Amino acid sequence: MTSIALVSRMLGPMLAALLLLTAASHAWAEAEAATPAPEGAMPAESMPETTTDFPAVEPDPVPPPEPQESVVAAEFDELPAAAEGNAAGDGSETLDETLADDAEPAAPNVETLIRQLPEGSFNDRRAVATQLAASGDPRVPDILSALAEGRLLATADAPPRILIRAATGTGGSDAISGENVPASVISGGTRIPVHNPLRNALRSLVAVATISAPDPEQRASALLRLMRGSIDSDLLAYLDTRVEREADPRVMDLLLTVRALARLNADTPEERLAAVAVLRGSLLNDVRVGLEATVARDADPDVREAAAEALDSIQSRIELYRFTENLFFGLSAGSVLLLAAIGLAITFGVMGVINMAHGELIMIGAYTTWFIQTLIPGALSSSILLAIPAAFVVAGLVGIAMERGVIQFLYGRPLETLLATFGISLILQQAVRSLFSPLNRPVASPDWLSGSLEVNPVLALTWSRIYILVFAILVFVALLLVMKKTSLGLKVRAVAQNRPMARALGVRTGWVDALTFGLGAGIAGIAGVALSQLTNVGPNMGQAYIIDSFMVVVFGGVGNLWGTFVGAMGLGMMTKFLEPHSGAVLAKILVLIFIILFIQRRPRGLFPKKGRAAEA
Amino acid sequence: MLTRRLFLSDWGGITVLVLLLAMTVAVPYANLALPPESPWHLSTYWVALIGKFLTFALLALAIDLIWGYAGILSLGHGAFFGLGGYAMGMYLTRQIGDRGVYGNPELPDFMVFLSYDSLPWFWWGFDMFWFAMAMVVLVPGLLALVFGWLAFRSRVGGVYFAIITQALVFALMLAFFRNEMGFGGNNGLTDFKDILGFSVQARETRVGLFVASAVVLILAYVASRYIVTSRYGRVLIALRDAESRTRFAGYRVEHYKLWLFVFSAMLAGIAGALYVPQVGIINPGEFAPLRSIEAVLWVAVGGRGSLFGAIIGAFTVNGAKTWFTTAYPEAWLFALGALFVLVTLFLPRGLVGIFRRKRKGEGA
Repeated sequence: MTSIALVSRMLGPMLAALLLLTAASHAWAEAEAATPAPEGAMPAESMPETTTDFPAVEPDPVPPPEPQESVVAAEFDELPAAAEGNAAGDGSETLDETLADDAEPAAPNVETLIRQLPEGSFNDRRAVATQLAASGDPRVPDILSALAEGRLLATADAPPRILIRAATGTGGSDAISGENVPASVISGGTRIPVHNPLRNALRSLVAVATISAPDPEQRASALLRLMRGSIDSDLLAYLDTRVEREADPRVMDLLLTVRALARLNADTPEERLAAVAVLRGSLLNDVRVGLEATVARDADPDVREAAAEALDSIQSRIELYRFTENLFFGLSAGSVLLLAAIGLAITFGVMGVINMAHGELIMIGAYTTWFIQTLIPGALSSSILLAIPAAFVVAGLVGIAMERGVIQFLYGRPLETLLATFGISLILQQAVRSLFSPLNRPVASPDWLSGSLEVNPVLALTWSRIYILVFAILVFVALLLVMKKTSLGLKVRAVAQNRPMARALGVRTGWVDALTFGLGAGIAGIAGVALSQLTNVGPNMGQAYIIDSFMVVVFGGVGNLWGTFVGAMGLGMMTKFLEPHSGAVLAKILVLIFIILFIQRRPRGLFPKKGRAAEA
Repeated sequence: MLTRRLFLSDWGGITVLVLLLAMTVAVPYANLALPPESPWHLSTYWVALIGKFLTFALLALAIDLIWGYAGILSLGHGAFFGLGGYAMGMYLTRQIGDRGVYGNPELPDFMVFLSYDSLPWFWWGFDMFWFAMAMVVLVPGLLALVFGWLAFRSRVGGVYFAIITQALVFALMLAFFRNEMGFGGNNGLTDFKDILGFSVQARETRVGLFVASAVVLILAYVASRYIVTSRYGRVLIALRDAESRTRFAGYRVEHYKLWLFVFSAMLAGIAGALYVPQVGIINPGEFAPLRSIEAVLWVAVGGRGSLFGAIIGAFTVNGAKTWFTTAYPEAWLFALGALFVLVTLFLPRGLVGIFRRKRKGEGA
């Protein structure tokens, strides 16, 4: 399974080659169809140049002379010799053994063959290309695809120089040495002609050449390309030889899958059953397509049944992974909610202050991230790490200023606090808008935050979300420790439980209030750093979180950090599990309605505060 | 007897009522009778603007009724305002008939655009004015009844109530933004033509709507005044100041709160219905939580707990907003934010409180 996971990293390049691969598969079908064609029915050169890339649709009248067709098959059988002779990078032992016999003649052979490409008819060229493809030389795929695209040039020198014109621009390179060649030399070369049947044959030859490439990544992507097309008996035989010599386990896995997929069309039911048994373990989409075709069309009922059963088992595994994916999305959404709400759990939950400017404190944290990034433009990773304490300090200071300036006069009047902090949120928003701009600020992500961890073809987890999940939990644990284990936490809890008594025992309550509020605000700032990696950073970003944050705190139970944790994760899961059925907006509406109804049943949230304090 | 009860020692209220009555007469006169070159002529733009303020004042009155007299802070009154507005908007949309862009006599433009083949059931009957007007009151009333019944029964109050009303209005906004809801998505309903056969663009119709708004506001004020001076109103004040004690004295607190909440929602619905034809559009932006909180600020600025204060607050804040957003658009949010902070810190009884204190000072 892990091998498939790694292979699927190549999905990106594979997609790019999508067009090429369909063409290649058709070319194989064509080659097969052409084998029994009557000799000399029409000279290949006089073939009308059709624009279509898929001539296999009609029974192709290309009449390649018999010997050359058999070369395709024959060459595959002889492959070991040629391939290993040139596979310099591939240091497996079996290769070294065969290398001893054929290495000497094989090595120059490739270059000679390349130089032969401009000579002769299209059919000669095809024969040479086939030999080249079988050589396993790393240069061959590029040369053959350049030939297919009409970018392969030959100079008029005595042994001609073979040049590859770059796909874009005027430059190019020498096909044999690989050196870059100036544009003037390139323009002096003449194009080596190809026609459509040859072009199609070339595409599949490129695939073959890549399967025997020394780089396992290239082999794997070539196999994934082959998977899409139909595979004829010659290629199948060649795949068999590869199976014997493949050293890389994940390419081997893929190779077996491709071979089994091709054998789904084998003649005997036994072979087909064996193929189905191999395919059971694969999660690739093409395997499912192949099995579905077998279920629908196979002549043998046993095979149909086995295929259907294999499909079921694949399907149930996919569903398991889909569920895991939803679970992860839910946890990820929950971690965002947790980050947004955790500061509020302090200011609202512990102190009872309705801080409507909470979202703007998150925004300040995000802007701090942006500001530090613009200060040190080169170092993305360190700027993000530096932004975390900076955002904590900046947002914390703003929070302390808010508390000392406004909120301390409003304790015991929650509704007034709500209005005043709402006013502050408007001022902060407009301040950011006037200071920077009303437009969103671009915040870049370091490399280790982009991309995703691909567990298998159906399950990919985004790195940024994984990190934010871990980060949210770290922040939560840190806050829990501060509240339970430090003297500040002790004082905060004392003031929250009984303010006059705490003061009588010598706690400076005003000072504790300011620090508590600063702590909550600072954590909101840290949340802003994390959220800047997920969403747009703009003056309005805080508003997106304020209602959600309040919902989380109220749902979890005011004054209870664990409640906030459970509330955030629960609401995140609920949203993500509803989304596939209802769409994002409706899911959000349903969750809001759920909370409204939930508050009716349990007005104090999931984990209400116990004791007299709850009555206040 | 009744007039004595309603207006005794309500000097502020009487002043505001007299001003409103004067406005009801003077504004149409200044717009229709005076020639445009007269210095006292009032352009139709101003008529529509003041008419809009009147509907805001009605919304503020509705909020003050529950916040000032029952201590229920609703941060979601925009929901009722918007629903009333949508009911009116649906009537106006149906009146467009086949004059829409697509010329479909049955379906509004956006439904043709979204390829509906028939009118959804919730649009039935909105071509009749009386039905639409009934819905203006009933839909917000019903929502308030269900929501309030759930909330007050389980004794959700104070901050929690404020937060879940905000969730309510936010959920409504998200819902109305969806095209699938059948209310025109984020474009809302607009491009109205007629109301009761009169063109909504015509000057006379605008003046008519202005007069209607003023008269409704005066009636609503008197009705609210009637409620708060009744026995019922005294219980409300009692439960505002000491809810548990009132409950222990044998009053069903939740019933008192619930009916007042429903009445207030209906007033907000009417305000929305009067607002829509004067501004010519209703869209989900009316459900934005900011709008609802802003309406609470009007009450806070004017003076919570005195009904006429809400009217003064609505006019003051909106007047300031109109002036700021044209003169210093950058500064408006600063001013609004500062107003929130300063009023809560220094004017807990709003603008009305300044005069009260002064009068008390003179008396001493």
